Amino acid sequence: MGVFLDPILVLVLLLNIFALGNSRIPSVIKIVGFQGALLGVMPLLVHEHVGVMAVLLSIATIVLKGVVIPWMLLRAMREAQIRREMEPLIGFLPSMILGAVAAGLAVAFSRQLPLAKEHLGPLLVPASLATVLTGFITLTTRYKAISQVVGYLTLENGIFIFGMLLVEATPLLVEMGILLDLFVGVFVISIIVNHINAAFSSLDTRKLSTLKE
Amino acid sequence: MMLPVAIICFPLVMAGLGFAISSNRRRPALLPVTGFVHFALTLRALAYPDTIASGEWLFLDPPGRIVLLLVSVIYLLCSVYAIGYLRLRKDQPNQVLCSCLQALLGTMSLVIWSHHLGLMWVAIEASTLLTAPLIYFNKSQRSIEATWKYLLVGSVGIALALLGSFFLAYASYHEGLPSSLLFEDLLRRAPLLSKPWLHAAFVLLLVGYGTKMGLAPMHTWKPDAYGEAPGLVGALLAGGLTSCAFLALLRIYHLCSAAGEGAYAGRLMVFMGLFSMAIAGIFMVGQRDFKRMLAYSSVEHMGILALGVGLGGAATFGALLHLLVNGLNKGALFLSAGNIHRAFEGKTTDEVSGAMRRLPLSGTVFLFGFLAITGSPPFGPFVSEFSILTAAFGAGRLTAGGLFLLFLLVVFIGMGQTVLKMVQGRPSAQSRVTAYRDGFFTGAPILAFLGLVLFLGLWIPDPLNALLTDAVRYLETRS
Repeated sequence: MGVFLDPILVLVLLLNIFALGNSRIPSVIKIVGFQGALLGVMPLLVHEHVGVMAVLLSIATIVLKGVVIPWMLLRAMREAQIRREMEPLIGFLPSMILGAVAAGLAVAFSRQLPLAKEHLGPLLVPASLATVLTGFITLTTRYKAISQVVGYLTLENGIFIFGMLLVEATPLLVEMGILLDLFVGVFVISIIVNHINAAFSSLDTRKLSTLKE
Repeated sequence: MMLPVAIICFPLVMAGLGFAISSNRRRPALLPVTGFVHFALTLRALAYPDTIASGEWLFLDPPGRIVLLLVSVIYLLCSVYAIGYLRLRKDQPNQVLCSCLQALLGTMSLVIWSHHLGLMWVAIEASTLLTAPLIYFNKSQRSIEATWKYLLVGSVGIALALLGSFFLAYASYHEGLPSSLLFEDLLRRAPLLSKPWLHAAFVLLLVGYGTKMGLAPMHTWKPDAYGEAPGLVGALLAGGLTSCAFLALLRIYHLCSAAGEGAYAGRLMVFMGLFSMAIAGIFMVGQRDFKRMLAYSSVEHMGILALGVGLGGAATFGALLHLLVNGLNKGALFLSAGNIHRAFEGKTTDEVSGAMRRLPLSGTVFLFGFLAITGSPPFGPFVSEFSILTAAFGAGRLTAGGLFLLFLLVVFIGMGQTVLKMVQGRPSAQSRVTAYRDGFFTGAPILAFLGLVLFLGLWIPDPLNALLTDAVRYLETRS
């Protein structure tokens, strides 16, 4: 494990809390994009010998998670001309505190987990769990369609960190497939976001409530 | 060697071709071509089992053979129906629909063939994304809402399944085994896997692929999606895609029982199965929208599949047979419901009554389809549900068997109310008069679906029986 891994993971954890406390959607998209780009550096750090595969994965992750996906979301926002402030279910300070609590729980919980010896030290597992929890907090407490997508991206980032424990188990093809699916997913979602805006004149998912029992 | 690649790639190539054709009128003709070729290749793969492995990643395990056959038949019949349906929907551009339908067949085949957890995940996620434009076909406010919910709930569910797949790989890494996501490796080393990680992985995968199957309480996308999507898409989702998700879950369950954790996984499956049936029953009673009613019926039957597999033993055969008959029966129900929707321009019992008068064929098929899906003899679901029930009582699982019977009864009453209101009587004076009447392309597939359901209730041909018993044997060994 490289010595740079833990500082990066601490940064990832801080970005989680920063994203939860930010009220402007474009900033949150950029924060989560930056987090994705940081994750892209990780394949180069977790292994002693860096192969072609790790380099390719790293480049693809940085380009997609750090540049392309945030750009698509920002463009979808611009085209939909939605208001940039979020109206969350719970306020920004409480959600930051919630995020911090989630991070603490993740650290405490991963102490209990039966981990392989080499994974006890680094923060990979707690950072992964905390990021997944942050994703869930965003998904459940934000009403704007775009913010929910950002929540989903955070969730995916958390899973990506866990994947770093298993680089040799997941072949390049599968990693690329996962990234491609994520990219297409966000692409489809940003189209739908546009249509939601055109049809409902709003991106507030509370308006999507015709279909119920 | 080439056969698996051909089965997976041919529909994808045809999807590209469909996108390139500019004529809205001619394009749908490609769909049955894909269907026939896929069906022929499928039969060939099933007839010559030594052709079914291509490297380590693509391998058709015995349960997969059943699902491949099912998906191929459903797609073939739906593609014939699509010609008739798209003639009636000349107002809507069908370029995206045609391409996505064919690509969906390709990715579903990939799910079935993939013998690698990661590859299977990628294929399932791809099929989810391809379904979104299909649900959005009508481009109304309601269909946007349904698509949004489907995408968000589905993506989050599948993300959890990815985490579960990683946990599973970690279960072998933790014990110092080479971490691999190939099913073959995992099955071979199953007894050595780290138990806590295996348990956690199973829960995550159950929630993740259960979301895709539409098990309660992760079923919330289902009524909206099936309610707003064209009947054709509903049939493919309820018969094909959910069956693929079930196959994924079945493979994980198999892995757990090979690891000696079958009892743990089985308890969870039985619970989820019965819970889904209960939720479906509750929401079906007094349901006025018949497409949503069919969605809850799908929740119920996914529950029956989970229950059958969870009970294990003799119920496994019943569950696999149920997989087939439920898929075919859903084809008959969704397509005839689509016809009724079109003829009345409404999908609630307020607008629709006397369907048998206005549409003698679709109305009758819908009525018999309802009788079949609720387990009336002599249709196929009767045989499969009966064998699950006798297996439950035979194994002394009295509570599970009793609840199973109770929920079947609730569903029968709830569904019966709605269906009888729709098909009986006369079309009300306020109901819109439309030009739609059953034609060959919209009528023949529903008859074929219902005929197959009836046929499987009366007689299971030997080759099919061999497929089913092979799959049961495969699932039982190493456990």
